[in-house]
Amino acid sequence: MAIFSKEESKKILEKVIAFSKADACEVNLNGTNGGNIRYARNSVSTAGENSDVTLIVQSNFGKKSGVATINEFDDASLEKVVRRSEELAKLAPENPEFMEPLPQQTYGESKTYFESTAKITPEYRAQAAANSINPAIAKDVTAAGFLEDNYSFASMMNTKGLFAYNQSTGVNFTVTMRSNDGTGSGWVTRSFNDVNKLDTAEASRIAIDKALQSRQAKAIEPGKYTVILEPAASAELIRNMLFNMNARQADEGRSFLAKKGGGTKMGEKIMDERVTIYTDPFNLDVPASPWSGDGQARKKMDIIKNGTVANMFYDRYWASNKNVAPVPFPGNAIMEGGNASLEDLIKDTKKGILVTRFWYIRAVDPQTQLYTGLTRDATFFVENGKVKHPIKNFRFNESPVIMLNNVETLGKQVRVDVDGGPGGGASFLIPYMKLRDFTFTSLSDAV
Amino acid sequence: MKRRDFIQLAGMGAGALMLPVSSLANTITAEELLIPGLDVSQKKRLADVGLNTARTNGATYADVRIGRYLNQFVITRENKVQSVRNTESYGVGIRVIANGTWGFAATNEVTPDGIKKATERAVTIAKANSKFQKEPVKLAAEKGYGEVSWKTPIQKNGFEVPIKEKADLLLNANAKAMEKGASFINSIMFLVNEQKYFASTEGSYIDQDIHRTWPNFQVTMIDKASGQFKTRSAFSAPVGMGYEYLDGKAQDKIQGPGGITLYNKSYDIIEDATFAAEQAKQMISAKSVEPGKYDLVLEPSHLWLTIHESVGHPLELDRVLGYEANYAGTSFATLDKLQSKTFQYGSKAVNFVADKIQPGSLGAVGYDDEGVKTKQWDLVKDGVLVNYQAIRDQVHILGQGESHGCCYSQSWRDVQFQRMANVSLQPGKAQLTPDQMIAGVEKGIYIVKDGSFSIDQQRYNFQFGGVLFFEIKNGKIAGMLKDVAYQSNTQEFWNSCVQVCDDRDYRMNGAFNDGKGQPAQSNAVSHGSATARFNGVNVINTGRTL
Repeated sequence: MAIFSKEESKKILEKVIAFSKADACEVNLNGTNGGNIRYARNSVSTAGENSDVTLIVQSNFGKKSGVATINEFDDASLEKVVRRSEELAKLAPENPEFMEPLPQQTYGESKTYFESTAKITPEYRAQAAANSINPAIAKDVTAAGFLEDNYSFASMMNTKGLFAYNQSTGVNFTVTMRSNDGTGSGWVTRSFNDVNKLDTAEASRIAIDKALQSRQAKAIEPGKYTVILEPAASAELIRNMLFNMNARQADEGRSFLAKKGGGTKMGEKIMDERVTIYTDPFNLDVPASPWSGDGQARKKMDIIKNGTVANMFYDRYWASNKNVAPVPFPGNAIMEGGNASLEDLIKDTKKGILVTRFWYIRAVDPQTQLYTGLTRDATFFVENGKVKHPIKNFRFNESPVIMLNNVETLGKQVRVDVDGGPGGGASFLIPYMKLRDFTFTSLSDAV
Repeated sequence: MKRRDFIQLAGMGAGALMLPVSSLANTITAEELLIPGLDVSQKKRLADVGLNTARTNGATYADVRIGRYLNQFVITRENKVQSVRNTESYGVGIRVIANGTWGFAATNEVTPDGIKKATERAVTIAKANSKFQKEPVKLAAEKGYGEVSWKTPIQKNGFEVPIKEKADLLLNANAKAMEKGASFINSIMFLVNEQKYFASTEGSYIDQDIHRTWPNFQVTMIDKASGQFKTRSAFSAPVGMGYEYLDGKAQDKIQGPGGITLYNKSYDIIEDATFAAEQAKQMISAKSVEPGKYDLVLEPSHLWLTIHESVGHPLELDRVLGYEANYAGTSFATLDKLQSKTFQYGSKAVNFVADKIQPGSLGAVGYDDEGVKTKQWDLVKDGVLVNYQAIRDQVHILGQGESHGCCYSQSWRDVQFQRMANVSLQPGKAQLTPDQMIAGVEKGIYIVKDGSFSIDQQRYNFQFGGVLFFEIKNGKIAGMLKDVAYQSNTQEFWNSCVQVCDDRDYRMNGAFNDGKGQPAQSNAVSHGSATARFNGVNVINTGRTL
C-alpha cells in the first residue's frame, strides 16, 4: 500500500491540484516500505518492517506560503489538506526568499529501482543474517551485523505543470566480526540498489579475515604517515567536505571556500590536480534520483575538476540573488580513480599504514575543514611492499582539503554509501587512495 | 493562529533548513498541538486488541505503545523568521516475544484492524527469526502497575505560548547580538511533547505526558581582513521543563570565572546573545594555545559531554555485551572489571550516579518504554565501578533481578531498547567554588561549553574541544585562548580528577539527540556536575592553514 505507481500518484496529485485556490500550489507524495534485521553475539537481536506514505502540500499567495501534510487519500482528506495549507499561507508573513514553483522540467531516466530488492521478505533477511553468522561461528569469531532494505517512491506536481516521479530501491549491509580472544576486529560494508548483487557470505568472509589478521596489534608512534585508505575510510571525509560547498555560506564568509578579504575560491585550485569529483545521477553503480526535492533536474556536473573548484551549490533563492543558475545539491558523488588495485598500492609502498575505515569523525574547525576521528576494525603497518603486521588504532586530526593535496596514487573505485544508504545517506564512488603526510595524533587501545 | 501572530516577522523560508524530525511526521497547525489525543479508555481498548492478538498467535509476551509525538520549531536568522513548523507523528508499535525471540512491527493505522495486522506481522517476524536464535530472551520479572499516569512537572506548556512570543524572543536576542557587532546569528526554539501510552501482557496500562524545551543559537563573527570566522553557541541547556526555562530569573544566573555569565535552572537568551557577540570577537583575537600538559578546570556546560561519552556510553550493558559492536561499538569496561569490585574507574573524588528521575532532566519519566518504574542507582562509587545501565532482557547477565528502567524508543515506529539514563558526577563534599579551584592551579585552562567531540569504539581514547578557553597562570585567569582540544584516555582522565566543586555549583546540561542503534534512534539525556579539576591533561593545537 505504501508504494503508488506513476499512474496512481499522478491521479492523486491531479486531484489535489484541482482543489487548489491559491496563486500556486506544489504537492509532493512520497512513500516507503522498509525492513531490517540486526544481529549481535552470533544471534538475531531485532528485526522489523515499516511503511508510510505522506502527502505534502505547499500553497502560496504571492510570497506568503504554507505547508500542510497528511497520510490519508480519500477526496475529503485531500481537500482538507489543501485548505489547511492555504489557511497557513494566508496567515504567514511574506517570505522574501520564497520562489515560485518551477514549470515542467525535462528529467533523464535513472535506474534506481530493482524488483529484486522491492520483493525482499523477512525470510530473506533471516537467511542473509544466517549466511553471515554461520561462517563466523566456524572460525571462532563473533558477528554483529545489520541489513536494511528500502523500497520507496517520490512524486511531485505543481500548478505550473511540473510532474516528476521516481521509484528506488536500496539495500545496505554492514558487519563487524570480532575475534573471540577480543584482540581482533574486522568490518565490511556493502550497498546496492539491486539486492541480487549482495552476497552477505562473501562480505562476511572479508570481515572475518580482517578480524583474524588484526589480532595482537602492535603499537607504533603517532605522527605523519603515508596512508592507504580503503574507500570506506575516506568517503565520509569527502562527503563532509562536499556538504560544506554551499555557495551562500562561502559568499557570507563562513566557509572553507571563503577568501581572506572577501570573495570565494570558485575557480581556484585547492587540491592536487588529479582530484576530480563529479555528480552523475545516471551512473549505473551509484544511481540517484534524476530530480531534487524541489523539482530541479539533476544532471552530470563537475564539483572539483583537476583540483579546482568547478561548482558550489546554489539554492534557487541564492542563485537568483547572485544572478546565476541554481545548482541543486547532488544525489551522489563520484571521485575519479585509476587502475591500481589495493594490492598494487601496497606493493608500491615503502612504509605506510593501511586503513579499513575511520570512525567517530567530527568537525574540529569548519574554517579549515579539520576533522578528528579514529581508525577502526583492522589497521595494518605496510613496509617494503608488504602488509607487515596489525597496528593499534590511531586518532587522526586531518582536513580532507589538505589530504587531497597530498595524493600519491588513486586506485580503483568502490561504491560506499555514507549514513546507512537507503533512505538516509547518499551514494559515493570513491577510489582506493594512497596519500602522504596523514596526521595521526594519538594512540587508542580500542579493538 | 491569527494573522497578528506574524506582525513584525520579516520572512519565513520553510523547507530550506534541515530539521531534526522524521520526514514522516505530519505538519499541523499550532492549535492542533493542543488538541488532546485519544482518551485513556480508548487507548486501553486499542492496546488490548494488540495484546489479545499476540496471545492468540502464540506470543508469550507483548507490549503495545500508542504514541503521539509533537514537535514545534521556530527558526530565525538575524531579523527574519525562517521557519515555523509544528509536527505530529502518531501511530502504534507492537513488540512481542514468540519462540523466545523478539519481533516488532509498527503502523500509523491506529484502529483495531491496523493494530491486529501489525501484531500478526510482529509475531511472524519473531517466528522467522527464531530459527536462527541462539539465546532465547529472558525477561526480568516486572509487576503490572494497572492503570497509572505520569507527567513532566511543567509550569508553562510551551505549546500554549503564542508563536509570536517565541519568535519575538529569538528576534530580540538576534538584534542584541547584531547590535554588538555579530556578523550572523541563527537561533531556534525547539519544543517536544511525547504523549505515550504503554500496555503490556504484565498488566500495565501507563499513560505519560513528557515535555522538553531547547532554546539555542549560534553567533558567528567574521574578520574579513584575516578571513577568520568563529562561532559562539548559546550557554543554554536542553531541559525536561516547560517554557518557564526561558524566564531567566536572577537567582539562576552565575557569575563565572573570566567575567562570564552562566545559567542554571532558567535561561536569559537575550542577555546571553549579547555576551556571545562580545565573546565571539574575543575568540578571533585570542592567543593560539601552546600544546602541552595542562591542569584543566572544566565547567559543567562543558563537562557534561565528556561524562556522556566516557562514562555514560561505556557503562551501557548492551555495549559491554557486544550488541552494539557493529555500530556504536563495545566497551573497555568489561564484566570482569565490574566483578573484580576493585576497578578504579576514577579517583576517589569520582562518584557517578545514573537516574531517570532528576527533576528538570531530559531523561526524567515515571516509567520507561517497557513499563518499568524509574529510579536512581550508583555506577561508580568512590572511583570504583559498581554497576551498569541495563533493561529487562539484560539484567540476568549481571545476576540482578530488577531492570534499571532505562528502556526507550524515539517513536512509535521504532523498537525500544536500552538507552542511556541521566549520568551525573556527584558534587564534592568539601566547600569549594570554581574561583577557589582556579586559585590553586599554576598552569591550566578553564574550558566553558561543549564543542568538538570524538571517542573510540571502546571508549578509551577521546578528544574534546570547547567554546571558550581561558588560560590560567599562577591561580589567575590570564586571557582567552583558541585552537584548544584535549586528548586523553578515559581511565587515566577520571583518575586525574583531583577536585569537584560543591553542590552550589551543580548544574545539568545534556544531549537532545543522542544517536544509537541500527536503524539509528535518538535519545534525550542530561548530565549533571559541578566544575571539576583534572591534572596534567594533554592539550593539542588545532589551528591549520589551507
